Amino acid sequence: MAASPKPSEQSHVRMMMCGSVDDGKSTLLGRMLLDCGAVFDDQLHRLSDESRRYGTTGKDRIDPALLLDGLADERQQGITIDVAYRYFATRRRAFIVADTPGHEQYTRNMATAASTAELAVLLVDVRKGLVAQTRRHMHIVQLLGVRRLVLAINKMDLAAFSEAAYRAVDQQFAAFAEERGIDDFVSVPVSALSGDNVVVRSSSMPWFDGPTLLDALEAPERSRLDAAGPARFPVQMVCRPDSSFRGFQGTVRGGSLSVGQRLIALPSGRQASIARVTTMDGDLEVAAAGRAVTLVLDDEIDIVRGDVLAPVEARPEVADQFTAHMVWMDEQPMLPGRRYLLRIGARTVNVQVTDIKYRIDVESQRKLAARTLSSNDIAVCNLSLDQAVPFDPYRVNRDTGGFIFIDPETNATLGCGMIDHSLRRSSNVHRQAMRIDRAARSAQNRHRPCILWFTGLSGAGKSTVADAVEQRLFSMGCRTMSLDGDNVRQGLNRDLGFTVEDRVENIRRVAEVARLMLDAGLITLVSFISPFRSERELARSLAGDGTFLEIFVDAPLRVCEERDPKGLYRKARSGSIPNFTGIGSPYEAPTDPELRLQTDRSDVESLAERVIALLAQRGVIDP
Amino acid sequence: MDHLDHLEAESIHIFREVAAQAARPVMLYSIGKDSSVMLHLALKAFHPDRPRFPLLHVDTTWKFAEMIRFRDARVRQLGLDLIVQVNEQGVRDGVGPFSHGADRHTEVMKTEALIQALDKGGFDAAFGGARRDEEASRSKERILSFRSRAHQWDVKKQRPEMWSLYNGRVNPGESVRVFPLSNWTELDVWRYVRRENIPVVPLYFASKRPVVERQGSLIMVDDERMPLRPEERVQHRTVRFRTLGCYPLTGAIESEAASVDAIIEEMAASRTSERQGRLIDRPDGTSMEAKKRAGYF
Repeated sequence: MAASPKPSEQSHVRMMMCGSVDDGKSTLLGRMLLDCGAVFDDQLHRLSDESRRYGTTGKDRIDPALLLDGLADERQQGITIDVAYRYFATRRRAFIVADTPGHEQYTRNMATAASTAELAVLLVDVRKGLVAQTRRHMHIVQLLGVRRLVLAINKMDLAAFSEAAYRAVDQQFAAFAEERGIDDFVSVPVSALSGDNVVVRSSSMPWFDGPTLLDALEAPERSRLDAAGPARFPVQMVCRPDSSFRGFQGTVRGGSLSVGQRLIALPSGRQASIARVTTMDGDLEVAAAGRAVTLVLDDEIDIVRGDVLAPVEARPEVADQFTAHMVWMDEQPMLPGRRYLLRIGARTVNVQVTDIKYRIDVESQRKLAARTLSSNDIAVCNLSLDQAVPFDPYRVNRDTGGFIFIDPETNATLGCGMIDHSLRRSSNVHRQAMRIDRAARSAQNRHRPCILWFTGLSGAGKSTVADAVEQRLFSMGCRTMSLDGDNVRQGLNRDLGFTVEDRVENIRRVAEVARLMLDAGLITLVSFISPFRSERELARSLAGDGTFLEIFVDAPLRVCEERDPKGLYRKARSGSIPNFTGIGSPYEAPTDPELRLQTDRSDVESLAERVIALLAQRGVIDP
Repeated sequence: MDHLDHLEAESIHIFREVAAQAARPVMLYSIGKDSSVMLHLALKAFHPDRPRFPLLHVDTTWKFAEMIRFRDARVRQLGLDLIVQVNEQGVRDGVGPFSHGADRHTEVMKTEALIQALDKGGFDAAFGGARRDEEASRSKERILSFRSRAHQWDVKKQRPEMWSLYNGRVNPGESVRVFPLSNWTELDVWRYVRRENIPVVPLYFASKRPVVERQGSLIMVDDERMPLRPEERVQHRTVRFRTLGCYPLTGAIESEAASVDAIIEEMAASRTSERQGRLIDRPDGTSMEAKKRAGYF
């Protein structure tokens, strides 16, 4: 940082470092910062203090790795546990370096770092050559679309700076790169600890006439991924300071946009031309890839946040079903059929994984079967969204082909994915628009359709209350249908067991059936334990606004266990039923149900009356 | 696009993304150079509209008088909403750096006051000007840093940030701190100030100022509240500041750099980091992390 005065035309490079703790990765990066003058005297002073306290390089020797370990926990464990970002610059380039841990369970951190990197430095120990972990790193780096690789063959000082030792690893890597289809790479023999060939050319390796590591990083890129391909403009905000101005704000992702260009807004398909490209510094004729601008169009077409603007002649696809590579990042496993949120560009939609096609073992590249995904798993999955979104395959555009999964309850980011292609069935299977629809069918009834979703522990009284409610509705002339957990499990869902994945699928199917009943115009009473909040929310989102009433049939576990109408609690306690809700498997109580019925405090008749009163209040039935 | 163009575009993207996702954003405005750059980027992000969120200044009551003058002039000139938060209880208790020490003063007048303001405003996103290159534990901070209902930072709950996708969703009471300048270095900031002609507090430029030498730092005598020790005497030296904060806790450096160009030139030759002059970061290498866990920016 302090080394050289910089001219204003300095290009911008995002890179990542991968390697394991033992390969000396932190040492290498620390060495680059030191030798590029990015470390100040006071930091250096603190470093030599800390080298004495925590260092692993022996007495009185500076441990450059300590420059990088930011968090107290890490210093104690002696490992790097997260992604850290470092900065250094030369006359020609400013580098942003994502430093990623090489530790086994941190695939997700590598994926995070790789998502914005154009270049990766892979570090190997010359004495060990390519190890399983190197292959793992290369796999992730490639998966995330990093096209340039620099192999730093480290610890040359411990191999007597031997040319033969370097050549052996270099050839091993070249063979592997060929097998993986990587053509843009270079290798450099270095010693991170002493600095040989890092920034300063080594006098101990006169036989090496290639670039130093820094030279390799400074070499001009062959082509920038973000500038290739057609322009994409995901709309972040609609800017309306007053009635005279309406602009769309976002960043150009790929290609470039010019005044006069004809654009299509997706998914709506409406078209208009660019009238102005505005910025605070004045209007532009052309907005290059990466520029954050405000577009004004020549026609007032309806565009909202999340839409994508693109040239009409090179538009992205629009689909609601995809095949994608996914990296799962959360401690809670990914369950097919469960509802999650998917964010792509500026758009957020509901998503379900419909199928895990296979999981990939990153070391052996073998395809493995999987029913769920655990933290740090990589897999190929089919996804189904609740609405069609514009996208590009990830290999074409990282910004319009990459997505994240978000937990709809905690809002945590759970995983990420890269779209391979849309599924044919989504583009060719169109929903049949029927002339007799839900509204028409329900017009023949004297009530509106709705779903009454009774949830609660086994023995809480769901079926008993639902039965009393249905009898009342029936006598009032309402058309009803009852779906009961035990009954459905003997037919439609008899292939399902009681594992978490199967419970999710059980409820998904029932939610779909209940929606069909709703379309048929019926008042549908669903009595299922339905222990997970997210599946109940899925059922609610399928039903649509105002037609889903969640009724929490609440009784303390102790009371349910005393009642034990089917003798199940006894069996669960004796261990003969694993995964029994309330005993071996959790029940997530509703946080905001339409109605809560405490069956240990009131009798069935008065509880049924409360449900009827709710239906009257919501206008489902006439009071 | 050069390096600064990339940094600018990224910051604008972050501003827009958070403004679109948050219900009640606010921008922490601490009057320093980073805040000046951040404010400039916010103006660019929403142009021709204005930022639709207020600025918040946590006033410890010990800031340089020149900072307060600059703040008021700038806000008036741009026509922005400014919230000034002072921890009134701290004022009543007479908390200050001279009487209570740097740590206690910072905790009460800065961290507590900030939390009071965020709670009072019900803000679910707060922009801050912190940069990752400032300090080791900052280097792992996310651009959107998730905070619990108690404003706490939990390393395990920080969200992975992929591509340009920022997840700012929060439940009621939770919030995100947002750092649009995460990837900027001190030098980037100054080069951008020069390129864009961004106004900064004159204290950054060398001038003759009244200072005393205390524990190896040059402390400016900014008002009559500063008690002088018997051996201390006020000297008029040509100094400037690399960072700005509470005047009793901010060391000046001897410098002749009186323009942005001269500052950039001086930085190229400089061998000390900018936080070196800050007395609150001194005790040990991980003090910033402990403060962050408690809710500090």
